[in-house]
Amino acid sequence: MDQVFAPPGETWQRVSHRLVDLRRDLLVGWAIALTAIAAALGWWLLGWWAAAAATALGAVTVGWGLWLIDRNWRAWGYAEREDDLLVTRGVLFRELTVVPYGRMQFVDVKSGPLERRFGLATVQLHTASPATDARIPGLPPAEAARLRDRLAALGEARAAGL
Amino acid sequence: MTDEAGRRSAADPTPAHFRRLHPLTPVLRGWAWLATAVAFGGQEVLIAGEPSRFLAILPVIALIGFLAGLANWWFTRYGVDGDALRIDSGIFERRSRRVRLDRLQAVDVVRPLAGRLLGVSELRLEVAGGSSTEAPLAYLSADDALALRAELLARAAGIDAATPEAPERVLHEVPPGRLLGSTVLSGMFVMGVALLIALGGILAFFGVEIAAGVLSSALPGVVTIGFALWNQFVRNFGFVLAESPDGFRIRKGLLDTKAQTVPPGRIQGVALRQTILWRLTGWVRVDVDVAGYGVSSGMDGGGSSTLLPVAKYSDAVDVLRRALAGADPAGVPLDPAPRRAAWLRPVGWRRLAFGANDHVIMVREGVFYRTLTVVPHAKTQSVRLTQGPVQRRLALATVHVDTTPGPVDATIRHRPEGQARRLVEDQAFRSRLARKADVPEQWMSPGPTNDAAIG
Repeated sequence: MDQVFAPPGETWQRVSHRLVDLRRDLLVGWAIALTAIAAALGWWLLGWWAAAAATALGAVTVGWGLWLIDRNWRAWGYAEREDDLLVTRGVLFRELTVVPYGRMQFVDVKSGPLERRFGLATVQLHTASPATDARIPGLPPAEAARLRDRLAALGEARAAGL
Repeated sequence: MTDEAGRRSAADPTPAHFRRLHPLTPVLRGWAWLATAVAFGGQEVLIAGEPSRFLAILPVIALIGFLAGLANWWFTRYGVDGDALRIDSGIFERRSRRVRLDRLQAVDVVRPLAGRLLGVSELRLEVAGGSSTEAPLAYLSADDALALRAELLARAAGIDAATPEAPERVLHEVPPGRLLGSTVLSGMFVMGVALLIALGGILAFFGVEIAAGVLSSALPGVVTIGFALWNQFVRNFGFVLAESPDGFRIRKGLLDTKAQTVPPGRIQGVALRQTILWRLTGWVRVDVDVAGYGVSSGMDGGGSSTLLPVAKYSDAVDVLRRALAGADPAGVPLDPAPRRAAWLRPVGWRRLAFGANDHVIMVREGVFYRTLTVVPHAKTQSVRLTQGPVQRRLALATVHVDTTPGPVDATIRHRPEGQARRLVEDQAFRSRLARKADVPEQWMSPGPTNDAAIG
């Protein structure tokens, strides 16, 4: 994490490493399924070498994907300051969002079936602007609930009109 | 009426002083219904080639539509309930909607041509967050609409409801000649003329045989362009911008007329825009973000978000100064983007610039389509810093100042990354300070009603 996207003073709160597990399982699952189909088709239509090539390609993709997932996980971070929430994300296209608590309209906590299996939840902060991109995935449910309550309380305390 | 709905309305009955809409409402609304029936039925007649049955059914359709409208009209009542406007409607499923008046973003009185002939108006209340107009009251008699507008604005301002409508001062009128000129100097007009010239050329060189084929395929395009131009002209005809203690008032329209009122502190951002053709005459257009008007009425210059469709730059700046405190382009020095921004924007990197004072942030951009965007710190929703791979190589970053949906969008592109990061911090700080001093939601209430707004 370099200077431009570094948090002011304190360090970033990391999202749970289980997010990496979830994404890794998804990637591997899809890769195995697609590689199997591609290899079977290749063998049938072109010969064994096509199946070998498809398998190799699948393996490389998985390796690369695993590296990307880990890198992407490192890029996620959030910080609760006195008056605003900071969220950062992305490796190639990086983004830092600053949302003043007073501008908050509502907070969403979402947890899909897969996320629930891994004990994760996503917190999203909404302002009156649809461009505000303050989504924090991969939070343990307890942390998500704490963040939600804290944001809601702070939002109310500092609320301002539009 | 179902049991549950009955119980609900028994628990919360419509107050006795609530009023009905104008009795002509079912007729005016039935008109649209009838037109739809004719359109669909007519199509069928054309296909089947037998009109008699359709003509027999038509009066029945009209009668059903009229009766449904009548019932709807009978069960719809509106009135002021506490600090909200309440509209109760629905025959089988009762619906009661409350619009908090302190959250009112704008009030529009719309008069379609038929409505003008019959002396009725539609009153539209715009509140933030609604995807479409939250509370349209169609139709009221013209006098009732004006009286209700005055009452709602007085209540929203936090003063006595019986206060008559505030006096106004006209800031700017758009003469028809200039409006016509601005339409002629639009890209669409030029495109239309080019199309017509091309068609004429084809007609002259290739003869009628070939030209007929080309003409028939190009005709829809010509008609569409002509219609769009006509629409733009008619909608902004007689444009008047006035200022009053209730905020800005806009009146416009030749056939359908529209009178908008945007109270103080409801403007979330302003943009001055100039196409390359308008540079010849020095005209600019002024667009605003008002929460509730949304994005739908954006770019074509005919929608609700237009504060001035066409004006001299100096007049536009005058309006800008009145719309947002401290927004004087002459008083905010602009800082241009660094030279290396040319790698990402070879044309127009010199035009990229921004500046800020205690009240607003200003962003300049564009060569062929010049834009000056002004967003008050108090209306900043969030601040974002983004950096793509190429920007990273060049040590540049982009700062977005997010506002409510609308045509105004403050994006400060390609700044040196250190400066961009400082700007994000500064902007968060400035918006926090500015919010404390912002116009209260009830803009005329005597005390500091914004007790909660300590953030």
